[in-house]
Amino acid sequence: MIRFKKIIFIFLILFSFDSAFAGVNDTIILNDEVARKLSDYGFFEDLVSQSPSKEVLPYELITPLFSDYADKLRFIYMPSNGLAEYRPNEVFDFPEGTVLIKTFAYLNEHIESNLDKQLLETRLLIKKDDKWKNVSYVWNKAQDDAFLNIAGKTISTQFVNNEGDIQNVRYRVPNINQCKECHQSGKTIRPIGPKARNLDKDVAYEDGVMNQLKKWHKQGWIKEGIKVQAMTDWTNTLASMNSRARSYLDINCGHCHIKGGSADTTGLYLDFTENRKIHLGVFKKPIAAGRASNNLTYSIVPGDPDSSILFYRMQSLDPGIMMPESGRALEHKEGTELIRKWIKNL
Amino acid sequence: MRYLKQFNFILLSSIVSINCYGAITSISPSDDPYSAIQEALILAQPGDIIHLTEGRYELEDSLSIDVQDIILEGEGLYKTVLSFKNQKSGAQGLSVTSDGVILRDFAIEDAKGDAIKVKGVNGISFIRVRTEWTGGPSSDNGAYGLYPVESKNVLIDSCVAIGASDAGIYVGQSENIIVKNSRAEFNVAGIEIENSYYADVFDNYAANNTGGILIFDLPDIPQQGGHHIRVFKNKSINNNTDNFAPEGNIVGEVPRGTGIIVQANSHVEIFDNDIGDNETINIAVVTYGYETEDKNYYPHPRAIQIHGNRFGKSGYNPDLETGDLAKFLFEITNGDMPDIFWDGIVPTHQIIFGQPDEDKIVLGDNGEATFLTINGLKYILPFFDPIETSYDKFRGDIEPLSPVNLSDTL
Repeated sequence: MIRFKKIIFIFLILFSFDSAFAGVNDTIILNDEVARKLSDYGFFEDLVSQSPSKEVLPYELITPLFSDYADKLRFIYMPSNGLAEYRPNEVFDFPEGTVLIKTFAYLNEHIESNLDKQLLETRLLIKKDDKWKNVSYVWNKAQDDAFLNIAGKTISTQFVNNEGDIQNVRYRVPNINQCKECHQSGKTIRPIGPKARNLDKDVAYEDGVMNQLKKWHKQGWIKEGIKVQAMTDWTNTLASMNSRARSYLDINCGHCHIKGGSADTTGLYLDFTENRKIHLGVFKKPIAAGRASNNLTYSIVPGDPDSSILFYRMQSLDPGIMMPESGRALEHKEGTELIRKWIKNL
Repeated sequence: MRYLKQFNFILLSSIVSINCYGAITSISPSDDPYSAIQEALILAQPGDIIHLTEGRYELEDSLSIDVQDIILEGEGLYKTVLSFKNQKSGAQGLSVTSDGVILRDFAIEDAKGDAIKVKGVNGISFIRVRTEWTGGPSSDNGAYGLYPVESKNVLIDSCVAIGASDAGIYVGQSENIIVKNSRAEFNVAGIEIENSYYADVFDNYAANNTGGILIFDLPDIPQQGGHHIRVFKNKSINNNTDNFAPEGNIVGEVPRGTGIIVQANSHVEIFDNDIGDNETINIAVVTYGYETEDKNYYPHPRAIQIHGNRFGKSGYNPDLETGDLAKFLFEITNGDMPDIFWDGIVPTHQIIFGQPDEDKIVLGDNGEATFLTINGLKYILPFFDPIETSYDKFRGDIEPLSPVNLSDTL
């Protein structure tokens, strides 16, 4: 009898011990009510250093969206036995219970940096009932956990930029509605980044370098042999100007400027597959730009970036003018320089 | 009294939605009005009312509604004021992306971009809402005041729109629209219906704009071929504010002193309006003036009916600096500007073989109004005077368009 109790005791200890390191919690992911704090999900073995649990894989995009120079740490969790269906030019059709995890941070890794790393927010896209649910967690002052945020938040802070200088930024955590601005397609929400064409690159994993699509296949997440026309790394100076610029425009603009996107009213479509010149903005008159036209006539005037509304709006910091409309408070100097050269050479 | 008011709310909101509990969240001006209002708008359930008490709300970020069938209301369009003078983020003052929302009794002032943008919804009501740029006409003002787009069942009633650098009231790429009892002043365009189907614009007052009422259709956007627009019982008067639209925008072409322009729409009926004291022209019916490769686009106006309007004076101080319309008209008429102008431009084969009857412009009784058009064939041929001013040649029987009925979902 005593022995039996002892066994139960040991079992209980083991069980509780086990649950402390239980890893990802599917019940919480699929709960109707979203968790109050990020740690509840168990995505990270060590939350503060952002070391993922075993079932969670970091991922990278060939060309990412600019968000005020924030560093982005991306992770994906797929439930065991889940298979993501490939769809050309679209995000994978991920299985129920998939979570895309993205932490926005100023890592301040510049060699001359005297600022600590700052975790800002972690956004989740959760696939549930065949729909994507978006939710954001804002990191606390102590930087040891992140808490559910509904109405958005302004984080006025500083970071060390590429030149090693300290730069001020009014970083905006989007509210739930603002998430939708970029993530909507028709009436539904969908991820933007993880399209096969934007994932087809080598990534350094803990167990070595591997092509990301191969790795996902090895994980049992996707089928083998997906062939895509990969996007271009916008920073790759060996690649053609056109493919760099189109990749940059696709990921920074093409989620709204696409049929069914928030900006489809304008007829300006900037996704990777668009090839009609007028809809790419070439000699296209604005529809509803207002003062954002800056007294210019066309979205793009080939050879003349300074006469192109598109270039003007990408540089602006005025909320009534700037593009993208949200998620940016600073100019992406390197990005606008690429677009300037691209228009110049059109 | 308060009970009565609440009872009223519930009654009204039960019209809005069947599953309606009508919970009321009341918010007053505070140190952080943005968080209070935005959180309430996000947490609201269909049928709820977000009530903003009288006062000024200073906002730095744009507000948004994405819950269907809720009401955002203030206590009066000069009493509850949301000011975006210090706006730091967001391209609108307020944006709405959910169906069946009612906005009423408040004002949006000095938004950095558009004041209220509503996109892709079925059912939106603006009732006694004011949008205004308080510094007067300026190209630094936002483009649109009330701005529903790609929407169905749009009601704009008893609103006020002042100072927009494009259009005060702008309905674009939408269907089933009523704009009534509203006042649009000191905008470039007072009221503009663009690329839209089935609109009734009536009992409005459009004054002191550059152009009073514009019915436009543009190429290269998802919905085009605007049709079935009724413009009636409006006053479009004294629209003599210099065009202050930033260049590049289509309304930048509108000459100061324009009452009504119809461009490239079909089935437009303009009747029983008071139109006058417009320095350039009272009514112009024109073709889209730029080249386009859009094969689905028809650039010419068709089946336009104009009758029973009362015209005041116009054309006495035309704006020859803005766009081509006034300058062209002034030159060919030697300054004797008509009340109603149709540019007469039709597809090439119709120049020779004539317009189909159902496409023709039809004039009814318009008092002493004068009319002028250009005959395309005579314009091409030498030795002919292409100008036609015979009113009776275009006189015909009016076939009234049907009134717009907003869907019962409203």
